[in-house]
Amino acid sequence: MRSEQAQRIAPETAIGRHIGEVQRRLAQAFPPFVLLSAMVAAWELIVWQLALPAWLLPPPSRILTTLLSNLPILGEHVVATLTVTIPGFGLALVTGFALGVLIDASPLLRRAVYPLLVTSQTVPIVAIAPLLVVGFGFGMLPKVLVVALVTFFPIVVNTADGLQAADRDQRRLLEAMGANYWQLLRLLRLPAALPSIFTGIKVAITYSVIGAVLAEWIGASAGLGVYIARSLRAFRTDQVFVAALVTSLLTIVLFALVTLLERWIVSWRDEP
Amino acid sequence: MATLDVRGISKTFRGTNGLVTVIEQLSMRADAGEFVAIIGPSGSGKSTLFNIIAGLETPDSGAVIIDGADVTGRRGQVAYMPQRDALLPWRSVIENAVLATIVQRGDVTAATREARALLDDFGLTGWGDARPAMLSGGMRQRAALLRTVLWHRPIMLLDEPFGALDALTRAQLQQWLLGLWDRLDRTILLVTHDIDEALLLADRVYALTPRPAQIALEVAVDLPRPRSYAVVADPAFARLKLRLQQVLNVY
Ligand SMILES: Nc1ncnc2c1ncn2[C@@H]1O[C@H](COP(=O)(O)OP(=O)(O)O)[C@@H](O)[C@H]1O
Ligand SMILES: [Mg+2]
Repeated sequence: MRSEQAQRIAPETAIGRHIGEVQRRLAQAFPPFVLLSAMVAAWELIVWQLALPAWLLPPPSRILTTLLSNLPILGEHVVATLTVTIPGFGLALVTGFALGVLIDASPLLRRAVYPLLVTSQTVPIVAIAPLLVVGFGFGMLPKVLVVALVTFFPIVVNTADGLQAADRDQRRLLEAMGANYWQLLRLLRLPAALPSIFTGIKVAITYSVIGAVLAEWIGASAGLGVYIARSLRAFRTDQVFVAALVTSLLTIVLFALVTLLERWIVSWRDEP
Repeated sequence: MATLDVRGISKTFRGTNGLVTVIEQLSMRADAGEFVAIIGPSGSGKSTLFNIIAGLETPDSGAVIIDGADVTGRRGQVAYMPQRDALLPWRSVIENAVLATIVQRGDVTAATREARALLDDFGLTGWGDARPAMLSGGMRQRAALLRTVLWHRPIMLLDEPFGALDALTRAQLQQWLLGLWDRLDRTILLVTHDIDEALLLADRVYALTPRPAQIALEVAVDLPRPRSYAVVADPAFARLKLRLQQVLNVY
């Protein structure tokens, strides 16, 4: 698979390493790409063979044309969804991080809050969301809160766990220097927790867009959730598929952005 | 320069299977500017002794005295290089080297300047801004030593600094450490399990018993300085080595 040119560049140079990395990625992406293409092709064939009506199962080609013709409206809905997703996720990030640090600092708080946190995750958000709308009205707030609720947990847990992960010898060294709690936190425990915190953020971001869509479905005037609700009422199954596609694309883009940020901030982790 | 006096230290840990007495009634001293080596079997309590001197553990009895002042259980009094280098992977060599200055709220700019000026001396020319993961084992140890030197304490504790290195690198670093000690005028306590290393470097050697650690033997190393590997051929070296081997039961 290696090209002539790549072979002439020594693999131990920076460019050589980069080319090797790209080749590895491509090789990794190849099997899922082939599988996905095959599945889409099979879907298209089955729909045509069985002559299924579009409201029951639209073929991928129909979904694609609907996506293209709906692009302008979709743009507005995407913007509306993001204006719920981003503040909600930001709120979860700030409060989740703060609670994680507090839980780490106080064993009593850990014992008091942890079971409640875990229990809160078992309460279905579809039940909570309408209550929030009833309580806070149809404005931004209930929707932002729904996103915050679904994304908050992984951030708290991974912050609290990550803070416990600092290397014992490094900790002893700083203590021998006379470091106090805050110095230990700033110089050692927070940087050491960053990989774990980013794991939490990545889990959280995958829930965030879905949380926003769900909240919009229950009560909003714009957003992908509204688009889905309208499409369902109009039996536009193709539009529902389009919304699903756009939702997962948005999630993938946000996930990729977080991954880039992680590479940049936790760069020391990837070094040889 | 400062004098260290360890008086009648005992330490017992509560382990999983009962109490373990690691150090029992151990006394030792290091005079100002002296190079003292402590040698003992693995698990005998050498690191624990250093932890006590550094204030990380409190002894059950006894006292740690520096220049006449009782500093038992007080941290930040001595510079300590732990057995593993404990370099922080997200900080560059320089940023690691000035860590003690940051913790003790000293002049970080001045410490950074000093660290840069010392890079050549520590064989780290051009590596000041590199992260520890880029360094070889020997360079990591020198970076950790640079951090220990920039702690700016007259007494330095080095816990098996060359233990994990290959023989050639170890020999180079021993020689280099001798030169460094000569220039720095500091009191050094060095833990090692290598008799040759102890005799090459130190003015005095304490040999410890297996756990619980007590002083099995104290020898003054009156070999001429400056020393090089040539001392190995000195009959006095062979005599001292034999005595230590007999006490430590290694042949
Ligand atoms: N905090 C601790 N709790 C319980 N046991 C310990 C603790 N620290 C050290 N020990 C025990 O003390 C003994 C001596 O350890 P150490 O001082 O590291 O030995 P050395 O450095 O001479 O190899 C070991 O058996 C170790 O298991
Ligand atoms: Mg040890």
